Amino acid sequence: MSDLPLSLRHVVKRFPGTPPVTAVAGIDLDVTHGEILGLLGPNGAGKSTTIGIITTRVRPTEGAVAVFGVDAVADPATVKGTLGVVQQANTLDRRLTLWENLYYHCRYFGLGRGAARRRSDELLDRFRLADRRDAMPPQISGGMAQRLQIARAVAHDPALLLLDEPTAGLDPQSRIALWELVTELRADGMTVLVSTHYMEEADALCDRVAIIDHGRILVVDTPDALKRDHGDGVVIDVGLTAPADAAVRAAVADVPGVRVVDDLPATGHDGTTQAGLRLSAASTEGTVGTLVAAVTPHATLRDLRVHETTLESVFIALTGRDLRE
Amino acid sequence: MSDRPAPTTPGVLPVLHGLALRDLRVLRRDWAEFLTRTLMQPLLFIFVFAFVFPRIGQTVGAGVAGDAGFATVLVPGLVAIAVLFQGITAIALPLSTELGDTREIEDRVMAPVHVNVVAVEKVLFAATQAIVAGLVVLPILLLVPDTPVRLGAGDPLLALLVIPGAALLSGAIGLALGVTVAPRQIGLMFSVVILPLTFLGAVYYPWAALDAIPWLRTLVLVNPLVYVSEGLRAVLTPDVPTMSPWVIVTVLYGYTGVLLAYALRGFARRTLS
Repeated sequence: MSDLPLSLRHVVKRFPGTPPVTAVAGIDLDVTHGEILGLLGPNGAGKSTTIGIITTRVRPTEGAVAVFGVDAVADPATVKGTLGVVQQANTLDRRLTLWENLYYHCRYFGLGRGAARRRSDELLDRFRLADRRDAMPPQISGGMAQRLQIARAVAHDPALLLLDEPTAGLDPQSRIALWELVTELRADGMTVLVSTHYMEEADALCDRVAIIDHGRILVVDTPDALKRDHGDGVVIDVGLTAPADAAVRAAVADVPGVRVVDDLPATGHDGTTQAGLRLSAASTEGTVGTLVAAVTPHATLRDLRVHETTLESVFIALTGRDLRE
Repeated sequence: MSDRPAPTTPGVLPVLHGLALRDLRVLRRDWAEFLTRTLMQPLLFIFVFAFVFPRIGQTVGAGVAGDAGFATVLVPGLVAIAVLFQGITAIALPLSTELGDTREIEDRVMAPVHVNVVAVEKVLFAATQAIVAGLVVLPILLLVPDTPVRLGAGDPLLALLVIPGAALLSGAIGLALGVTVAPRQIGLMFSVVILPLTFLGAVYYPWAALDAIPWLRTLVLVNPLVYVSEGLRAVLTPDVPTMSPWVIVTVLYGYTGVLLAYALRGFARRTLS
C-alpha cells in the first residue's frame, strides 16, 4: 500500500433508507505530501461524507481508504492519531476555556502536562487568541471560534489536516485570514484537504482542486489547468440598480450566445450586496453591445463585469449547473 | 518535512487519562452544582422523615423498620439514591447535549482510540463521582436524624464488590440514558425514569418488607436501585434483613454488563455512521 497522506480507492457510501441514499458513488483520490487539495462542489455533492469516511467516522460501503498507508476501516485509532479535523459546525468544548480547549485536546493525544501547556500557549499566540485565553467559547466571534478550531485540530501536530467547509458563514476578512493560516500550516509541512463550495476559496487556496458532484469526482487538477482545459467562454455579471424582473431576463436570454446562469450572488467578493444577473457567453466579441442594448429599455444598468474563466465556469461546463444551486 | 512519518498512537491509557482530566476540570468548575445535586434530595428526606416526623409525633416506617428504627433503614437507601443519581446525572445530562445540538463530543471522538474508550471513560468517571457522592452524603445522613442510626460493619469482601458494582451500574445507566434521550426530553426522563426508580427502589423500606404486597415485591425486581439499596444495607446496616448478598452482587454486575453493551452500541450509533 502506498504511504501517500491519503489514498481513496473506489469508495462508495450508501446510507440505508427508503430509498437508500448514495452519498459517495465511487471516489478515487490521491493526496500527495505537502499539498493543499480542495474538494469543490455544491452542497450535497458528497464532500462531508467523503471527509467523514477519511476521519473514520463514516464507514464506507465499498472501497479502501488509506491514510499514510494505514487502513482507516481496520485501524481507526492509528489513523485518527495522524489526522487533524475541523468540522463544519462549531464543536468547541463549551465547558472549557479557549486555552483549555487546546490543552485537553493535547492530553487526548497523549501529550504530557508540560508539553501540552507549552503547545497551548504557543498556539493561542500564533492564532492571535492569546488575549481571550480564559474566555469561554460562546463568548467569542465566529472567526475566532474557527481559528480556535483550526488551532485545536493542529495541536497534536497531525500530518494530514482535514477542513470541512472551514469558511462557511465567515465574513470576507476572516475568510482571507483563514486562508493565510492554512497556507502557513502547509509551509510547516502539513498536507491539507479542504472541502468548499466557494470557488474563490478553491482558486486562491488550493494547489489542486477536485471537482465533486453527485458523489463523484469529475476531474482533479491545478486551478489553472482546469480553467485552461474546461473553461468555456466568459462569465458576464450585469449589475442592475434593482433585482432583475422577468422582462429583463427575457430580453437578456434573447441575446445570441448568452445564457442566464443565475442572479448575482447576494454578497459580492467584497461583502457588498448587489442586484443583477450572472450570464455565461462564448466570448465578449459582439455580445456586450447587444447585451447593453437589450437590457437598457427594461432596467437601469449599474455596471458590467466580465470575468475570464473561473472555477465556477469550469463547474458549469462540467455539470451544466451552478455551484450555488 | 514532506516525508515526515505519521505519529504513533499514544495507546489507550494516556488517552483515557486525558479524557478523565478534562472531566475533572469541568467538575471542579461546577463543584457547587455537584454538591447541591448530591445533597439536596437525601438531606431533605432525612430531615423530614428522621428529624421532623419524630419531633411532631408522626410515626412513619415503624412496621418495616422493626428494632432497627426508621432512620437506620433510611440511611443506606438514601446513600443508594445519592450514588445512583450522581452517576446518572454526571453522564446523562451533559452527554445528551454533547451528542445533540453542540456536537461537542466530536473532538474526543477524534482522539486516537476506539470510540468505546471515550464512552467507557465517561462510565468510569461517573462511577468515581458516584462513590464520592456516597461518601459525602453518608456522614451528613448520620448527623441529622433525631433517632439513632445503628450502623454495623458488613462483610468487607461484600463491600468491595457492592460499592464499585453500584457505582458502575449508575454510570452504565447514565450512559444508556445519555445516548438514548434527546436534550429536550431530559425533563421527561426525570418523571418517567428517575421518579419511579426512586419511589420503588427499596429506599424507604427493605425489599423484604414488601412481602405484604407480593406483586409489587416481584415487579420492583426490575428496578436497579433495589439492588443498590439492598447491597448498601447489607454493607452498612447488616442487622436489617436483606435479599441474598450474592444475588445482589450478581445482579449489580449483570445489569451493568447488559446496560453497558446496549449503551456502547448506542454511543457508536450516535457518533459513527
